Amino acid sequence: MGQKKTIVATASLAGCFGCHMSLLDIDERILSLIDLVDFDKSPINDIKKFTEYCDIGIIEGSCCNSENVNVLKDFRKNCRILISLGECAIMGGIPAMRNGIPIRECIEEAYLNGPSVKGHNPEMILPNDPELPMLLDKVYPCHDIVKIDYFLPGCPPSADLIYNALVALITGNEMKLPYEVIKYD
Amino acid sequence: MTSTVVKFMIDGKEYLAKSGMYIIDVARESGLFIPTLCNMVGVKPKGACRICTVSVNGRYMTACTTPISEGMDVKTNTPDLIDLRKAILDIMFVEGNHFCPVCEKSGKCDLQALAYRYQIMVPRFPYQFPKRTIDAQNPLIVKDHNRCILCKRCIRTIKDEQGRSFFAFHKRGHKIEISIDHNMSDLMTDEIAHRAVDICPTGALLKKENGYQTPINDRKYERTAIGSDIEQIHQ
Repeated sequence: MGQKKTIVATASLAGCFGCHMSLLDIDERILSLIDLVDFDKSPINDIKKFTEYCDIGIIEGSCCNSENVNVLKDFRKNCRILISLGECAIMGGIPAMRNGIPIRECIEEAYLNGPSVKGHNPEMILPNDPELPMLLDKVYPCHDIVKIDYFLPGCPPSADLIYNALVALITGNEMKLPYEVIKYD
Repeated sequence: MTSTVVKFMIDGKEYLAKSGMYIIDVARESGLFIPTLCNMVGVKPKGACRICTVSVNGRYMTACTTPISEGMDVKTNTPDLIDLRKAILDIMFVEGNHFCPVCEKSGKCDLQALAYRYQIMVPRFPYQFPKRTIDAQNPLIVKDHNRCILCKRCIRTIKDEQGRSFFAFHKRGHKIEISIDHNMSDLMTDEIAHRAVDICPTGALLKKENGYQTPINDRKYERTAIGSDIEQIHQ
């Protein structure tokens, strides 16, 4: 042995964790994958901070607030290859549906006027704690913020697509891309 | 239209057809797939979407509006043409708001199916996120301008018995959008509405009170690529 394993880090920005779930959908193949890779910072092992320079960073979700941007820039700094995983990372996805709506209107709908909150917030409080990350004017795809090397579309991307891509990257072989694996939904 | 037969080449193979036929129709009948979005069989071509661009004697022309002529040398699948088509698809994806995961048309959408066929992972251009509206005034159809690619299929084909079109363009330039003639709304039957929704190549027109009829994995372009039905004709 002695050969160093590939180090993989993952993060979920403005996403639903569906892409991470799809990563787990590779089922028993995770055993052969674990022979090839070690996970660094990732929600899978709950490591919060980078412990070393990583080979592959997988990003799920788009950038909707300042924290997302910081995490994404941190990943770019600490990963050799960055992959946008899923529709949100690639094009903003569901969070980006707010892009046509002014930010004030979004917040007022969520905290003052929405059918489930109307009348329950008599002091008209809007979240304004300095601890909270600032919302961006709109939701940005990851490649609008940093350079992204590869894109895997899907909502979520199929387990086969993720597995094929990781194996191809790690072994250096060309990726298998049958028609059925590329889906946008 | 004269009925003389002309000889010409498509992708290095010799073909015979009646002169005056459009390249796209000859190709379709010969089992060659050229992608289309605005073109429909039996409807006067428009040349709106440019996705069917082919090389004719070295020049780029739209296959749907160019009639064949004697000695023509047509190429449909050079690497440059494929890249051009992908670029056109990229433009369409960034120019509107195409949120496939929340679209009812997903899986049977021509625009999406072409992107699948050309295996587009990400558009090369930055997303524009234009501000567009959704119009649900019509009792039968929801119009979602976020998804409209302005192919004019609905305007050109959905007409009443007197030939009056139910749909029209209104506004100009980048604000242009399709509208439904309110005075004719009463004449629109369920059957006409279904036809309008079916011919829409994206999810810009959707039928009300009717959705998600086909389960995931059984949808039109889920397992077979768009155009594979054409390509199978001559195999």
